[in-house]
Amino acid sequence: MTVSTTYRTCPRSGLQFEDQAEKLIKANAFTAIVALLVGGILALGVVLTRWPAVHLLAADTFYMVLTAHGLDMLIYWMIFFEVAVMYFAASTLLRCRIATPKIAWLGYWLMLIGAVVNNIAVFQGESSVMMTSYVPMMAHWSFYLGLVVFAVGALIACAVFFGTLVVAKREKTYEGSIPLVTFGAMTAAIIAVFTLLSGAIILVPTLFLSWGLVQNVDPLAYRVIWWALGHSSQQINVATHISIWYAVAAIVLGAKPMSERVSRGAFLLYILFLQLASAHHILADPGVSTEWKIVNTSYFMYFAVLASMIHALSVPGAMEVAQRAKGFNKGLFEWLRKAPWGNPVFSSIFISLVGFGFLGGITGVMMGTEQLNLLIHNTIYVPGHFHATVVIGTTMTFMGLTYFLVPVLFRREIINPGLARLQPFLFGFAMYAFTIVMMGAGTLGVSRRHWDMAFNGNALAYEWPGAAYLMMGLVGITGVIAIIGGAVFIYLVVGSLLWGKRLDGGKVSNTFTFLNRAAPSAPLQTYGSAGFVAPGTFVLTMIFLLTFILYYFVNWKYLGQLWGLS
Amino acid sequence: MTAILPPSDRLWWKHPMDRQETIWIIISFIWCMVMFAMMVGWHFFGKQNLATETYKVDPAAFAERAEAFAKKYTVRTETEQEVPVVAPPEGSDVYMIGRLWNWWPILELEKGKTYKLHMTSMDYNHGFSLQPINLNIQVVPGYEHVIKVTPNESGTYAIVCNEFCGIGHHEMVGRLYVK
Repeated sequence: MTVSTTYRTCPRSGLQFEDQAEKLIKANAFTAIVALLVGGILALGVVLTRWPAVHLLAADTFYMVLTAHGLDMLIYWMIFFEVAVMYFAASTLLRCRIATPKIAWLGYWLMLIGAVVNNIAVFQGESSVMMTSYVPMMAHWSFYLGLVVFAVGALIACAVFFGTLVVAKREKTYEGSIPLVTFGAMTAAIIAVFTLLSGAIILVPTLFLSWGLVQNVDPLAYRVIWWALGHSSQQINVATHISIWYAVAAIVLGAKPMSERVSRGAFLLYILFLQLASAHHILADPGVSTEWKIVNTSYFMYFAVLASMIHALSVPGAMEVAQRAKGFNKGLFEWLRKAPWGNPVFSSIFISLVGFGFLGGITGVMMGTEQLNLLIHNTIYVPGHFHATVVIGTTMTFMGLTYFLVPVLFRREIINPGLARLQPFLFGFAMYAFTIVMMGAGTLGVSRRHWDMAFNGNALAYEWPGAAYLMMGLVGITGVIAIIGGAVFIYLVVGSLLWGKRLDGGKVSNTFTFLNRAAPSAPLQTYGSAGFVAPGTFVLTMIFLLTFILYYFVNWKYLGQLWGLS
Repeated sequence: MTAILPPSDRLWWKHPMDRQETIWIIISFIWCMVMFAMMVGWHFFGKQNLATETYKVDPAAFAERAEAFAKKYTVRTETEQEVPVVAPPEGSDVYMIGRLWNWWPILELEKGKTYKLHMTSMDYNHGFSLQPINLNIQVVPGYEHVIKVTPNESGTYAIVCNEFCGIGHHEMVGRLYVK
């Protein structure tokens, strides 16, 4: 079958972009960055209100801004970018044309319309229901309609992704199995389908409720099913950003996975187990049995935790092996010291990887433990944790990939490379500090989604300890620094697209070049020490494990001092 | 650049595993099993577990029971709103209502004694957050959650709502005394 299209070979990366796919990737990635910009401006309103000394916005504006911030960041920024990554992982990496480009554009427009309708609903002020929108608290009907239309568009994008894999297979554009990165994107797409369908199961009846066609949506059933959407959607992010970690390790360092079996097996564990573990959001709820909580959040969740721990070794391990092969073989950490820290593509990814593991991973498991959850449920510890996973993990990874895509895909040189070198450190370390002080305040009990921690004018007011005020002040300061780091990123990307030096697009051809499989590599055991191919990484993972164990048991000790409950 | 190329052997699940990865997977797996054991074990050896005793409930019927309870054991009232302070005997059924935007009534419990606390919401989701000890439980409308509590320290406690419940969310604070 021949379809008239063209393929461009990028002279800098050797990647080959099919014409339609390239346009789709650009449109989705650009829309994502616009959503990030909107969400970032809103973030300023959120942190400046939660900073007790500033307390900027009025209560109704604050809750509206917080709702929009959550939706724009967690849904629109991430999913638009993920669609771009899916098309990249399918069409670009497999060197094939994209399946049904017209339908892919339909998906894009539905997503865009849904996002705009939903945002308008929020900014009209009658839909400050937070991203979780728990019934019976109701938003305007257009709030739900926007979400549903967006989800339909995203489902179409997933279908086009799977279709593209079929096209590549049928037209024999590559040899052997799909690459690891495409495999990771495929697991993300499978999780996305599950997630979006869960969303439909609960949001469609809620939409009918808002129209008066349905009399009642059970509040507890809503919470359980909503979280099958709410948590699994974060798993799309994780599968995607880990795929990008592998991709960047390959692109920047020439790294290959230590073992394809281990890395792919870990992705499969995500598909099988993580969705069920979304039950950990219901740990402090009435109405579900202890057995149900334990099976879902322990038995199933720990297999997903296991998968993340595997990637935690495999990704830096692959980098270490590649660096050692280049001769950075001295001691345990020369490979890391001599890594390309000046390249924002690499530094973003490494800062993301470490922060995601230590700050996001450990706290996530702690929150997902049935009894420990009582200590932090709905406190500001929760946003502390998920800013470590979705901002340090996903957002930073997407930023790193964007630095790679600007010259390769948009054919523009990054303006101000000095600032670009600095940006990942500024944003990353500000986010590290921000999440840590949020967790600190949460440990002291400060609530999330709360306008006034001073309870001004309340007869039964509670006085938080001074340390809680200090922590929330630091949340404000570190939050503002992180927002500046984000603004620098937007400036660099948008600036480069507008004023960056145009780069040569490379050769355009009417046919794809066949993709050969990777050359078999030399046995790994030629470097490293003490029988380990990546001894430095092993030491790092052992430090990680010890931190994990220590933190876990400290929390149990603290729990043991509380009131008896049964 | 093999993560972005098809692997050299087509059957990836037959690739050899590196010794280092095998060791790490075994260690991680053992740690996951330890965590699993902790969660189950705490139900046998620990004192802080949420009861799963729950009933579907009509808010009005619950409010009626709560009011009868408050009437029976009220010892005094506090604040301009004259919120009753209720001191129930040991082992009794104790009621707590969450609604826009207060917790009702104020309870007065005794240290070391056990009570059956019944909680529900009259309207939206609320969050029962007991401060300063930081104990947090979700309160869902339509569901009556029954928890046996045993305060282990005397003092004045606050119940802060930590689930967003509308514009007056930040005003939703209650009180609890332990003698």
